[in-house]
Amino acid sequence: MSILVDNGTRLLVQGITGSQGAFHAEQMIQYGTNVVAGAVPGRGGQWAVGNTPVFDTVHEAVATTDANTSIIFVPAAFAVDALLEAADAGVSLIVCITENIPALDMARARAYLDSTDSLLIGPNCPGLISPGTAKVGIMAGHIHTPGNVGIVSRSGTLTYEVIYALTARGIGQSTAVGIGGDPIKGLNFLDVLQMFEQDSATEQIVLIGEIGGADEQVAADYIRTEMNKPVTAFIAGQTAPPGKRMGHAGAIISGGEGTAAEKIEALQDAGVAIARHPEEIAELAARNI
Amino acid sequence: MKLHEYQSKRVFARYGVPIPNGGVATTPAEARAIAEEIGKPVVIKSQVLVGGRGKAGGIKLAGTPDEAEEVAAKILGMDIKGLTVQKVLVDEAADIRSEIYLSAVLDRGARRVAIMASSEGGVEIEEVAAQTPEKIITVHVHPLLGMQGYQARQLAYGIGLPKEHVSAFTKIAQNLYRAFVDSDASLAEINPLVINGDSQLQAVDGKILLDDSALPRQKELAAMRDPDEDSATETEAREVGISYIDLDGEIGCMVNGAGLAMATMDIIKLYGGSPANFLDIGGGAGADKVLAALRIILRDARVKAVLINIFGGITRCDEVANGIVEAINSLDVEVPIVVRMVGVNEDEGRQILADSNLPSANQLSEAVQMAVAAAKGEGA
Repeated sequence: MSILVDNGTRLLVQGITGSQGAFHAEQMIQYGTNVVAGAVPGRGGQWAVGNTPVFDTVHEAVATTDANTSIIFVPAAFAVDALLEAADAGVSLIVCITENIPALDMARARAYLDSTDSLLIGPNCPGLISPGTAKVGIMAGHIHTPGNVGIVSRSGTLTYEVIYALTARGIGQSTAVGIGGDPIKGLNFLDVLQMFEQDSATEQIVLIGEIGGADEQVAADYIRTEMNKPVTAFIAGQTAPPGKRMGHAGAIISGGEGTAAEKIEALQDAGVAIARHPEEIAELAARNI
Repeated sequence: MKLHEYQSKRVFARYGVPIPNGGVATTPAEARAIAEEIGKPVVIKSQVLVGGRGKAGGIKLAGTPDEAEEVAAKILGMDIKGLTVQKVLVDEAADIRSEIYLSAVLDRGARRVAIMASSEGGVEIEEVAAQTPEKIITVHVHPLLGMQGYQARQLAYGIGLPKEHVSAFTKIAQNLYRAFVDSDASLAEINPLVINGDSQLQAVDGKILLDDSALPRQKELAAMRDPDEDSATETEAREVGISYIDLDGEIGCMVNGAGLAMATMDIIKLYGGSPANFLDIGGGAGADKVLAALRIILRDARVKAVLINIFGGITRCDEVANGIVEAINSLDVEVPIVVRMVGVNEDEGRQILADSNLPSANQLSEAVQMAVAAAKGEGA
């Protein structure tokens, strides 16, 4: 078992004919993900990466192939349109890889999505993977191994780092979810922790956070009051100078809110083991087995 | 991206928010001319993108055009927190009866724009929040509905505004929200919003922060960028799509992904080193970006070793390796470079590095320790 993606995932790739879309569609197929369709306006009737049919609209793709999950690789200016199209076509899980989507566009899109049954992961995220069954994202598949640790992270490459260390110690993963670093996004730490708490295949959770915002503190409240499974965490940006924007929107420290120290304190108070560096997460997780 | 006070107030004015008469001067003579035209006492305000201008002596009153010229001469060229004042705003001095705080800010937790008002204007809102939080009234605007009249009235009555100002205030609050949305701001702040001797409301100081992701469609606002906001190197990096921030250590870092870049900095500190910079080459970076990034890192004379940490995903290791090899062939590299590379196309990447006799590490902690040792002259 796992959360969100598994053998039942029928994946649609929006933007499958672009260079990133084509490359990662190929990688996902090689991993064993059931990629059933692509959607690119104006490319309907063509075939992409091997023998994947391309449709002009998501509605057509869903009607023809029963796609239930979509991954979006279209440029920022068109990405919100793409994710709204997927939601409107009834796709149940939408994963948006695209970065640099204006925050107010996401605020509007999220307000609409909340009135539908679709779940969104991202934007500006690496996607998610249930090792051995389905990869819906851009992570390197081979670093993962099936197992019982659930991963939820705001970061992309930092997550790979942690998984690499877990796999090197023989600790497998149930599902690894990269929720993305944008200020306004789909699923948050809290949503994914709730799913892991309910998932019979997940025995412990690794949470990877970073400076900015207060999502880790919200997660800490839930962990303290509701969770039974053990949680290990790493918070990036402990040495970041205040007031500087470190790369993307997730990583802003402003005023007294959102520092690594505040987040670490909240998580420790909730009984979470804190790693000092990504590789230490594997050591701490090994103790819970 | 930050806008200057004068730029922010011009945006507000375009949305019907009253601002004082004034103009921008780059010389004392220009300041004098503006003061003459205003014909009343003025306030001379340095335009630099840092807080605490007043305390630093960058805001001064002038009663006459002569005085305006004299004061402008003192403020222009002044150093405020490392920034040289190149422009002053010459505004008609407001006859301040009371000061209100009003702002719009993206509240990521609520996923909506929050509009905040307080009767305690003129001071930092963080101070009000810490000492008298009950004096801040907040409403959240539904992104698909926009700011409603009742929400603006909630603010007006909530801060105890005298009845005769409620109508003007609610217009200003709704216009501020419109300005925020149309500008793709992440913060739009009026502090203070003044009630003056003529019983008029006026935005005396203003600040706008823009959402960097929206700049491609905000061409007019994007063109207002002050190149002094960032160092020359930070600007150069941004132009090629690299996030770079100067720090003061000795290990130059090139990493893909902001989270991993911050974690790499944290680990450098953990092992006794000190990062010279934050540098995220971004997702899907090709060889040309890697070359540009190395050029930027190596320009910093304090850099004694370079640590390249790439975890391939949307970025492919072979592309990065090609960039590193190209950089080493075209740049004069005098410091040791430690490369750590894992993920998509890692074997191809490592092979490219090996063909150029560049060693690479597998483990991050191992690579960081190698870089820390190399920076201390202990050999990579």
